[in-house]
Amino acid sequence: MKKTAGEWIFEGINGLLLILLACATAYPILYVLGASFSSPESIYRGEVWLLPKGFSTEAYKNVLTDPSIWSSYGNSIFYTVVGTALSVVLTVSGAYPISKKRFQGRVFFTFLFALTMWFNAGLIPAYLNIQELGLYNTRLSVLLVGACSAFYIILVRTNFQAIPDSLEEAATIDGANDLTILMRIYLPLSKPAIATITLFYAVSRWNGYLWPMILLKDLDKMPLQVLLKKLVVESGAGGELAAVMDITSPISQETMVYATIIVATIPMLLVYPFIQKYFEKGMMIGSVKG
Amino acid sequence: MSVNAIPKRKTTALARPLDRKRTFWANMKRDKFLYLVILPSVVYYLIFLYKPMWALQIAFKDYTPYRGVMGSPWIGFEHFISFFTGPYFWRTLRNTLVINLYSLAFGFPAPIILALMLNEVRSNKFRRTIQTITYMPHFISAVVVVGIVTNFLSPTTGIINVIIEKLGGEKTYFLTKPEYFRGIYTIMGIWKEVGFNSIVYIAALSGIDVQLYEACTIDGGGRWARIWHVTLPGILPTVVIMLIMKVGSLLECGYETIILLYQPATYETADVISSYVYRVGLTDGRHSFATAVGLFNSVVALILVVGANYVSRRVTETSLW
Repeated sequence: MKKTAGEWIFEGINGLLLILLACATAYPILYVLGASFSSPESIYRGEVWLLPKGFSTEAYKNVLTDPSIWSSYGNSIFYTVVGTALSVVLTVSGAYPISKKRFQGRVFFTFLFALTMWFNAGLIPAYLNIQELGLYNTRLSVLLVGACSAFYIILVRTNFQAIPDSLEEAATIDGANDLTILMRIYLPLSKPAIATITLFYAVSRWNGYLWPMILLKDLDKMPLQVLLKKLVVESGAGGELAAVMDITSPISQETMVYATIIVATIPMLLVYPFIQKYFEKGMMIGSVKG
Repeated sequence: MSVNAIPKRKTTALARPLDRKRTFWANMKRDKFLYLVILPSVVYYLIFLYKPMWALQIAFKDYTPYRGVMGSPWIGFEHFISFFTGPYFWRTLRNTLVINLYSLAFGFPAPIILALMLNEVRSNKFRRTIQTITYMPHFISAVVVVGIVTNFLSPTTGIINVIIEKLGGEKTYFLTKPEYFRGIYTIMGIWKEVGFNSIVYIAALSGIDVQLYEACTIDGGGRWARIWHVTLPGILPTVVIMLIMKVGSLLECGYETIILLYQPATYETADVISSYVYRVGLTDGRHSFATAVGLFNSVVALILVVGANYVSRRVTETSLW
């Protein structure tokens, strides 16, 4: 089909707007990247626009030699890896049985999970619950709070339902037991959905600061985001920062904040493009049949 | 043909539909694996989501940690009354509604527009690149986003103020000015989620039958006609579902971000119900009162969801359940 002049203009303007949008999206992140490699003085004078001015890796040296960064980095990795594994196991645990038509109490259990999407007890009762269980200021509390989302249970259930029952029958005739059927048929066939929820859980674990901040008291158990909050958000005056990190001069503070942001953000930004096709597909399954 | 001719084999229990003659226990025995599988998640939900619901009773009690949930004396609606008649009720309610209406007015159409624009792109590679870039902010934590915003708006070295000064304006400390808070918060939210929220609409767009576009072209419809008569009706059900969810969550506000971004100087326009609950409950330690405020919020939110769903089912025959 031949394009008319109007079509060319339409597509040109559309493409241009999208490019502008992409630039506007990427700019703050690229700016932080550029600023993190700049000399503190050039930032202070407001000379940095995008590319580093007075190239310097001083900020990264400071960040990477800081013991509190390393310990919180380790904590974040622990909470993300163990917490995500726990979340995925709990989600599949809820989703698999309620995807079976023959399962007695299917409606009851579905309701038990789904109700929490529309009504939950809220912040204070959840917090008091953790205290009552004696989990306050433990790593376990961070792993357990918000570990299993009803929305994702429903998403994975919908996925399992799309797998024909005949596969399970065939496998049973071939002598597979229940566990084998779940592990070798249902989970592999639901790879997009499982990959999607794994990514989403991992992102919220890595990026979450609120519950760790509420539930933990000891600095050595804090994840990176809580430390970042102290650095980035509370450091306006700089007093708080000095208490947490050993900084050489007040001017270098800003480049260190930028370097810490990059160090904390890079893992997620490196991972998501590779799983993009999965979560696009996985979200679709969830949205169509919700 | 005789059934008996078929050699007897261990029948698969699965092949049979739920047998009404079998007893409850027989079904349970057959599916013991499924009960075993569901056990961890049910235990988790009971301990971490339903047990706190039982503790909601402290909203009607004078709770102290020493006396515990059961031991604290009942005081009826005292906490609710003191919230409704106190100075913070209207402020937090108004802020919650206004901030959510901002994001409904600007944040809701944005991903739809982005999806429509991406839908008109011919080159797959170009489209995927734009998608990957616009998804990026979703994967950045609220702490970092607020940190970037704080730095950009900083009165001394912030790039926004540097530009303003170069243009001959006067430097402003935006984050301490109540009149700017909602705008900053809304723009930040759109920047963070517009790309990611467009996925749902892109999925809906990819489900539209190509023949409809062809038919429209044959009927002489141009680009706008195709968008207006085929694309928009095609994603309408998805838009309605998303709108129900949005209206249903008008009283919920991402306080994770708000408590990072606001400060006492901007409480007037920034303090929402959930951030108030956080502050009163955890910073001031008034557990009972904060639980009452939170319960009020949850109940109204629940009514909103059910109401929005009801209206939608009546009007458009699309609903969540």
